[in-house]
Amino acid sequence: MTATVKTDAALFELALRMGDNALILGQRIGAWCGHAPAVEEDIALANVALDLIGQTKMWLGLAGELEGKGRSADDLAFLRDARAFRNALLVEQPNGDFAHTLMRQYLFDAWHHPMLVALKSSADKRVADIAEKAEKEARYHLERSEDLIVRLGDGSAESHERMQTALDALYPFAGELYAADAIDGDLAARRIAPDLGEVGKRYLASLKSTFEEATLKAPWDAATRKGGKQGMHSEELGYILAEMQWMQRAYPGAKW
Amino acid sequence: MYAQMVKSTGERVKALDEMGPEERAFQERVDADIKIEPKDWMPEGYRKTLVRQIGQHAHSEIVGQLPEGNWITRAPTLDRKAILIAKVQDEAGHGLYLYCAAETLGVSRDEMTEELLSGKAKYSSIFNYPTLTWADIGAIGWLVDGAAIMNQVPLQRCSYGPYSRAMIRICKEESFHQRQGYDIMMRLCEGTAEQKEMAQDALNRFWQPALMMFGPSDKDSVHSAQSMAWKIKQNSNDELRQKFVDQTAPQAEYLGLNVPDPDLKWNEEKQGYDFSEPDWNEFYEVLKGNGPCNKERMEARQKAWNEGAWFRDGLMANAKKKKARRMAAE
Ligand SMILES: [Fe+2]
Ligand SMILES: [Fe+2]
Ligand SMILES: [Fe+2]
Repeated sequence: MTATVKTDAALFELALRMGDNALILGQRIGAWCGHAPAVEEDIALANVALDLIGQTKMWLGLAGELEGKGRSADDLAFLRDARAFRNALLVEQPNGDFAHTLMRQYLFDAWHHPMLVALKSSADKRVADIAEKAEKEARYHLERSEDLIVRLGDGSAESHERMQTALDALYPFAGELYAADAIDGDLAARRIAPDLGEVGKRYLASLKSTFEEATLKAPWDAATRKGGKQGMHSEELGYILAEMQWMQRAYPGAKW
Repeated sequence: MYAQMVKSTGERVKALDEMGPEERAFQERVDADIKIEPKDWMPEGYRKTLVRQIGQHAHSEIVGQLPEGNWITRAPTLDRKAILIAKVQDEAGHGLYLYCAAETLGVSRDEMTEELLSGKAKYSSIFNYPTLTWADIGAIGWLVDGAAIMNQVPLQRCSYGPYSRAMIRICKEESFHQRQGYDIMMRLCEGTAEQKEMAQDALNRFWQPALMMFGPSDKDSVHSAQSMAWKIKQNSNDELRQKFVDQTAPQAEYLGLNVPDPDLKWNEEKQGYDFSEPDWNEFYEVLKGNGPCNKERMEARQKAWNEGAWFRDGLMANAKKKKARRMAAE
């Protein structure tokens, strides 16, 4: 009996981690609508945000189901406090200039896609099904963000410099994505989720080749900033939630 | 559609026998409902009027992202957030189709953008009103997209091929926009007293601005006759406004909301509603730049453009480098 409870708890954490990453990043990018440097970018970012919110519904829906307390995806998104969020610190970092937004996106996509590819063969069918749908979207996100990183890194002097500044600021957050904790170890042992170390190796290899092509230098030895996956967030998250959850908090129980 | 006061030539409409052979052939094609295509001869006034009209329309789609985009981060549920993002994304897409249609008339997107940012080109007055509550997102979909559809459906038959085709694509999406707006309003009206109050307040604030979307009253609309002869405008402003009120008043009643017009009354004889004219002084003030959000809208677009310059330049620089490398390799 204890074993089942433990299984569900770990899986619940995985669903929250995947769902919260998608939600918080989707929320961040959603703020660009109408403010991007070109109409094509308004459209493309909206597209990515839309995919991420769709994925949020699937992951948090699964989390609610696993938890078994009758909480819906909306309840989990709009009525949890910061300490209960499980997204990596990377996705809650501010939009900054467009270079920061693109770099944050690329650092996430380059991990997200191989992670979802691996989750497609999860021993848990519900996880595999969500990964199957999300992976196609993530592949497109990665193609797009990688292409822009290369073009802007190897673009004008100014675009190069902005991309380099963004990389310096954001690279320290990349390591959290593949840093395994006990929950990840447990899930990997039962083949519900991949060995994160393996995903990390592939991730780093693709970053290396992209940054080389983009003529950018990652601060490879920078100390990793982490904690979000365990609920230890940056101060940013509270403000994100204050905005995102405001209506549900202000009008408790109302249907929208 | 969001073109409210498109300046035409300012001259009276010529009769066929006053025209030279080219213009006459052109007008006969228009009269016979044959589409004018970019390569065809066209009077300079026709081209210029269309550029202005399509430009206003395109700019309205682009600026129109702002009032609704304002609520993306605060949308109350995941579904509402997704629907709103999809809607705002559609509006940006409409802007793109329309810039492309205008480009076939020899004016580039960058030129049009400069005109918008310098304040020379206009966009619809409606987007200069603030979205203060979630109900405003409902009211905009219901009323603003509703008014846009009213205007755009006839434009699918407009004489200029690329514009007509852009309108056909756009109209398909606009009806989804209106439905999602009305759906938000329904949910609010079925909800708590506070929600219903929010819905009524949004209708109160958006009713008149929505009526203004059709442009000034026919008696003050100086540029319509030529545009109608050219079939780039199919119905008069007052005709469309009447149609809009006739469609919308019963919808408000169904919601249990009061249209903020004490003179709104069904007129059996004309088989339509009587209603009060909106405050035209307010309309002209908004067009002059004195609406509640003109300044913020323009600043937001200028900021997006100016702060995005490095991004656009960076991509161009990369394209040049790639080309040079290709040449060197050959
Ligand atoms: Fe539109
Ligand atoms: Fe629109
Ligand atoms: Fe629309």
